[in-house]
Order: sequence, then structure tokens, then C-alpha cells
Amino acid sequence: MTDKYTQFVSHGIGKDLANKLGLPQPAVLRRYKAGEPLVPGPVLVLGNGNGRTAGSDELAAVLVGWGLDVRRAALPKEKLGAIILVLDAVEHPDELAGPVLTAAPSLRDLAPGARVVTISRTSASAANPAVAAGRQGVDGLLRSLAKELRAGATANGILLGDGAGTTSPSTLGALRFFLSGRSAFVDGQFLTVTSGSGELAADADKPLAGKVAVVTGAARGIGAAIARTLHRDGARLVVVDIPAAGDHLAAVANEVHGTALQLDITTEDAGRRIIDHAVERHGGLDIVVHNAGITRDKLLANMDEGRWNSVIGVNIASQLRINEALLGSDQLHKTPRIVSVASTSGIAGNRGQTNYAASKGGVIGMVRATAPVLAERGGSINAVAPGFIETDMTARIPFATREVARRLNSLQQGGLPGDVAEAIAFLASDAAAGITGEVLRVCGQNLVGA
Amino acid sequence: MPAAAHSANAPHESPVAPGTLRRAVVVGGNRIPFARTGGAYTKSSNQDMLTAALDGLIARFGLQEERIGEVAAGAVLKHSRDFNLTREAVLGSALSPETPAYDLQQACATGLETVLGLANKIKLGQIDSAIAGGVDSASDAPIAVSEGLREILLDLNRAKSLPDRLKVLARLRPKDLAPDAPNTGEPRTGLSMGEHQALTTAQWKISREAQDEIAFNSHHNLAAAYERGFFDDLVTPYRGLSRDSNLRPDTSMEKLATLKPVFGKSLGAEATMTAGNSTPLTDGASTVLLGTEEWADARGLPKLALVVDGEAAAVDFVHGKDGLLMAPVFAVPRLLARNGLSFEDIDFFEIHEAFAGTVLSTLAAWEDEEFGRTRLGLDGALGKIDRAKLNVNGSSLAAGHPFAATGGRIVASLAKILHDNGPVDGRPARGLISICAAGGQGVVAILEAYSAPEGR
Repeated sequence: MTDKYTQFVSHGIGKDLANKLGLPQPAVLRRYKAGEPLVPGPVLVLGNGNGRTAGSDELAAVLVGWGLDVRRAALPKEKLGAIILVLDAVEHPDELAGPVLTAAPSLRDLAPGARVVTISRTSASAANPAVAAGRQGVDGLLRSLAKELRAGATANGILLGDGAGTTSPSTLGALRFFLSGRSAFVDGQFLTVTSGSGELAADADKPLAGKVAVVTGAARGIGAAIARTLHRDGARLVVVDIPAAGDHLAAVANEVHGTALQLDITTEDAGRRIIDHAVERHGGLDIVVHNAGITRDKLLANMDEGRWNSVIGVNIASQLRINEALLGSDQLHKTPRIVSVASTSGIAGNRGQTNYAASKGGVIGMVRATAPVLAERGGSINAVAPGFIETDMTARIPFATREVARRLNSLQQGGLPGDVAEAIAFLASDAAAGITGEVLRVCGQNLVGA
Repeated sequence: MPAAAHSANAPHESPVAPGTLRRAVVVGGNRIPFARTGGAYTKSSNQDMLTAALDGLIARFGLQEERIGEVAAGAVLKHSRDFNLTREAVLGSALSPETPAYDLQQACATGLETVLGLANKIKLGQIDSAIAGGVDSASDAPIAVSEGLREILLDLNRAKSLPDRLKVLARLRPKDLAPDAPNTGEPRTGLSMGEHQALTTAQWKISREAQDEIAFNSHHNLAAAYERGFFDDLVTPYRGLSRDSNLRPDTSMEKLATLKPVFGKSLGAEATMTAGNSTPLTDGASTVLLGTEEWADARGLPKLALVVDGEAAAVDFVHGKDGLLMAPVFAVPRLLARNGLSFEDIDFFEIHEAFAGTVLSTLAAWEDEEFGRTRLGLDGALGKIDRAKLNVNGSSLAAGHPFAATGGRIVASLAKILHDNGPVDGRPARGLISICAAGGQGVVAILEAYSAPEGR
């Protein structure tokens, strides 16, 4: 559910009052529902130069094939569902002006919950300073634009590595994710597509059909939401949590028609037991979501060994050990996918969370280093870093602190567990095969930190 | 690997040719932690607890929407409104609502008897899968109106006119308003189970120390089993409890020795039965998943053990010929003989600890030459069992004893023990279960670690 303040300022008196007082007016976000259109209106596709480039033409053709109402030039006063800026051919900062200034007037015509998506090349792959400047310019442009959008509209970017083009499977997969309600709480973020591998799902509403997925920490909160979302997308589930959470875990398992595995993931043989269970009960294993995590907050000056070690043990050491077992196993299906839950604390830091941030920073390091190893067997590994998410855990934060924390992002509200789950489900799908070693923030573009 | 489509009217597997039996496999089990009466489950009904135990089992084995061949369970302390307790629990669970169910009641042997009855149906080819179980709440026990009030209310219902009704009501006396609470006393002797056992314990001259040692081992074995994760796939937490609330991991012989006798106090110095070496009233529920080998294989489910055979017995305790809880003493030799086995062939003994005195009296009777000759019809004593093989992961003294739930607890735990143990001398490990019950009854059974049949 959207928080009470957001509900209040979305209608009637509350809306008027917030307007007059200049209070934040968070929108009710457009979230994915099966059967609803991908975007809430026509899609404007602009390339650089005269607005038409090879990359933008190819992409526009694909979007027409998806049944979208594609525009190559804006019609006056027409509400747009999305603007896609195809900037893959930009070779100088001067070349940004054309498409950006062409798109500018249309920003006023965006429908609620609309999307702006840039597609450009990574600056790291450019040797020429002018090319790199043009490409890196997109980064600042996109992040600023995201902060200007209103009414639940978001802006995100896709970066193409040398091995990827505007119509590579994972470019299209990431574009579909950003355009859809699945990315509701992802704002001002980039995903890098490094290769042309992957394939789009035959059934866009069941992208995980036939996959076997393991979710740790699945008894409640974000973990339970991940299990529900993967189930909705067609996966068969093994849900894992500590034995003491078994009753909640059983309820989740029965809801998603999966099997419950009561297991402390910090035990030495946890990885083998997870693999054995998935293989025996479901015939194999495709997806592992490392979600289980704990917090034991204390200022470092007051930190004790128990608090530090338990957080490191659960949040990162267990993942390293389980991944080792997964990588050493010959029982995984082809194209294994691992998604880890990191945290914005692990990127930007958080007072009182040195242990937690160390563990979550560790997750990010692990994901980057594991990507090449997993690529050898056709797999991928990524992390999702949630910002302020409305869970039982954040509901315990004192009111004033919580209210500030939840408004300090471009969408002026906290995300829902399902928003994190959507990002994970996307990264676990074959459409995301060309994306690996990435950290995707699901934070509504939190104003604090990176 | 995935289950074949299971339409509501799909016939089950191959019928059994005359003279052949299929094998009944214990796939696994689930129970909720047992809670001392008046504790965590005070507000939980039998139906609540049985449903929770079923849902945990369904979650563990992925049985959502599955049509199980039959579910059988029961409760000893049962409300009259719970006439269809098991079916109602099934309807409240994640199983297919097209799963049939029946209730069964055989006092403390209820749980084991559901396993045996359903295993027999599987062996006969009548069903391919089954869930056996049991539940009891002494916290949420039924309280009935007095016999006098009951008769008046029934007559009132039959009375046709106002004067007739007033006449009936005029019979009401204050004493009729006192409720009729259940008790564990034997209807034919008026003695409680504890008092009965106290007589048997004294008759077999069982020492206080020997009883306390049984209790001590039970607590320590159960605690150790929890510590090494043995129950991780046998127990699902319930209402904030993740371990049996009666478990005292830190109990000691010294602590147990300080407790005062609570049963057999009329025996004076010979009174040996304390709250420490007797089971407390307990609330809880347990379930066991059974199936054919093919049914389990089709779903990628484990095959822990086989239900080999079972036997019931009863004794004449009313006239004092035998102790109330001594029926298993007679059932076990009959069961062993029928299967051509002796104690040497049994690797694990699960003797339900109604009281430590019950276990020790049972063992004493089996070790007694004269008893073996005169009462069991043997050449001598039935035999002595190796205590290291007895209740290796604890039993009712530590876990507690929600009457009808104890059988399911023992069957699931023993099946896992047998499976984990591996073969013994080239044959599958075997276990013997012995459960005494009110009314002078007892039910015993043999399980064997699963091994693929020859030629497969």
C-alpha cells in the first residue's frame, strides 16, 4: 500500500492543501499489473542528429512490433507514455543538444507514470576524449532529468558496452523493464548491457516459466515479495529461511506453491543442501536470490564482536560460501542466474551501520568479481540495492526519522517490497542475460549518496 | 520430475494383483513444537493446531492443491463439535478440498494407528498417498454440562407446552449447574493413569534413580537433536514457539532428585514417580506423509522408511492381572514372532515415555525369565535391549505428550533416524515403536529404512 500521506495529498482537499503549502506531493506510482499496457500512451523515439539514426530506426521498428504507438516526432498537446532518447551514436557533447532540446517541450506532455529512457554507450569504452565526454554527459543529464519529472514519471538509462547494440536482447529486456510498471521505484539509474546474449520471453507475463528459483530469507518482507513475484512470473520456488521462521515460511511456500526449506544459511553445508533440495524436488536449479540479511545497528564506537560478526556472517560470508557450492556443482541448469540483495547503505553509507554497510559493500564486490566466472558457464550475477522500502523493519523507525527518510528521494515516498522484487525478477530472467556484475538501485533516486 | 497432472477423477496406480502387497513409504513428517498445557497454545483449538501441522507438511513437500488419497487423524480430548475434525482441518489447509479424511480415536495410540491403517490401505492398493496425524489440547479441553442438566435440557426440548416446560425446569438443582470437566482417570477403576503406573512401577521394583535417569537422557538427547538441526525438517514453529516448551536442556540428576513424588503417594517410601519422570499435560499436533514408492518418485520426494508391520494388544488391568500401560509388553513379542525377528535385529527402539516407570516396567517384563515363560509363552525372557538404542533423540518426557500427536512424532523421527543411519550388517536399519494407551491398550510397529526393492 502507498503510505497514508501519499494517499492524502493525491485527492481532494489534501491535494489542494499540499499545493497551497508547497508540501511534497508524491504520486501513486504506476506498478505492473498483468494485462495492462506497457506504457500509458504513445512512445516518442528520438535519435541524435536529425532525430533519426540507424540505432533509433532499428529500435523504433522493434517497438512497433511490440504493438506500441511509436512517434518519431511529437504531436502538439498529445500525452506521451514514454520518451526514448537513442544516443548511441553521440560522439561529441555538442550532439546532445538536438535530441535533448527536441524532447524538452514534450516533458510537459508526459502522462502520469510515464517513462524517459536514454540509450547510450559506456564512456569507458571510448578512447577519444570528445566521445567520452559526450557519452558521460548522458549520465549527468539523465540523473538531473529524473529529479525534474513529476507525477510518478521516472527516467533511467541503458548503457551499451562494445558487445551490445540498441536491439540486443538485453537492451530490449532492460528497456521493457524500465518502460513497464515493474520499474516503478527505480529512478535515475543506469543498467549496462555488455553482450548480445539473452532472449526475450515468449510470454511477457511469464518470463520465468519453467525456471526453478531459490529465495533465501523468504519468510517475510522483501524475501516473501520476491517469492511472490517470481511465482507470478512463472518460476517454481524453493523458499528458504531459518528454522525459527518456519511458520511464516510455510505460509509463503503454500501461497506460491513452492517447497519450504528450513535452513540456517550460515551452516557450512548450506549450499549443498540448497542444491540437493532443488535437484531432488524440482529437477534442477536456475535462479538463486540471496536475500537473507540481518541488521545489528550500533555506532562503531559501541560495536561488539557479536553484532559485527553475525552481520558479516549472514549477509556476505554465507553468500560467498553458497556461491562457491553453486559454482562447483554440475547440477545447475544452463544459464544460472544469481541475484543478491545489497543496500544503498553499502554504497552511500549509513550512520550506525558500519557492519551492515561493510557486508552490503561486500555483496557488491562479490557480484562484480563473480560475474566473469559465471559468464564462463553462460550465467550472470547482479545485485539490487534497495533504498527506503516500507517493511516491518522500517515501520519500527521513529516517526519523524521515518518520514524524512521516506521523502528524501525523487519520488518522495518509500518503495514497496514488491518494487525490489520486480528488479530481482528482471535480473533473474533470460532477457537480462547480457547484464552482469551490475548493481541496480531501487531507491526512487535517493537524494543521499550516489 | 514434475508431478503428473492430477485430475480429480484420475484413477490411482496399478491395482494390486491377488497375493501381492505394495510397499508403504514414510516420506517425511511435520509437527508443531509441543507446548505445556496452559502455555503458548492455550488459545489454540485442536483444529487450529492440526491445520498448522498439515500446512507445514504441505509446505515442506510442495503438496499445495494436491489430492491426497486419504488423511486420517484424531484427538483424545475432543469437542463434540469436532465430529469431523480431520476433514475440517484438511478444508482449512492448502491441500485440495477434494482430499477425503476420517477421524480415529484409540487413546494415546491414535497417531500410530492412523499410520498403520493408512499404510495398510496403501499396501492393498486402495490409495497411493496418505497423511496420518494426531492432535491434542489439554488447554482447550471440552467441558460438558452435568449429566443432570443434560437430561433436563433434552427433556425441555421435548416438552410441548409451557406448563410441561415449567415442570421440567422445576427439576433443576444447584448441583446440576456444576460443569463436568474431563479427567484422565480410568472409568472402570477411578484411578488416574499416574496412579495406575505407580502400582506397576512398584510391582516391578523400579527405582527412583533409574526413572530419573530415563528422564535425564530424554531431555539431553532431545536437546542435542535440536542443537544439531535434526528437527529442522520435522518441526515447523507455531505461535512463537520453535522448540518443545517442556524441554529442559540443563536438567541434571541432582535437580530431578529434588522433586517430590506426585503419584503413588499412598505407597509411602516406595513412591518414586515425580513431575520430572512423568509426562506433563501437553498441547500439540503431528503429521506423517505416506505414499507408494511411485507416488514419491513422481514428485521427487524422499523415501525415508517402510512401514513394515504393526500389532495391537490389550490387558485386563481392571481386575489387576496386568498394569494399565503394559499392553505393549504382549504386542511386541507377537509382532517380532510374526516377522521372524528378535531384539538383536532391531537397531532403534522408540518406547513412548508416558512415564519413565512405564518404559522401565516394560523392559523389566521383557527381561524377566518367569514372565517370559508364564505370560508370553516363550522359553524364557524375551530379551534385553541395548539402552544405547533406546529413544536416541529423546521422547515424551522431554518433548511432552499431546496424546494423539505422539505417534506421528515418533514415526516421523524414527523414519529419519533409520534413513540417516544407513544399512546395518548389509541390511536396512530397523526400528521398533511401542506406545501404551488408556484402557489397557497398546500399539506397536516396525519401521525399516527404505531400500530399493531387488531388481530395481
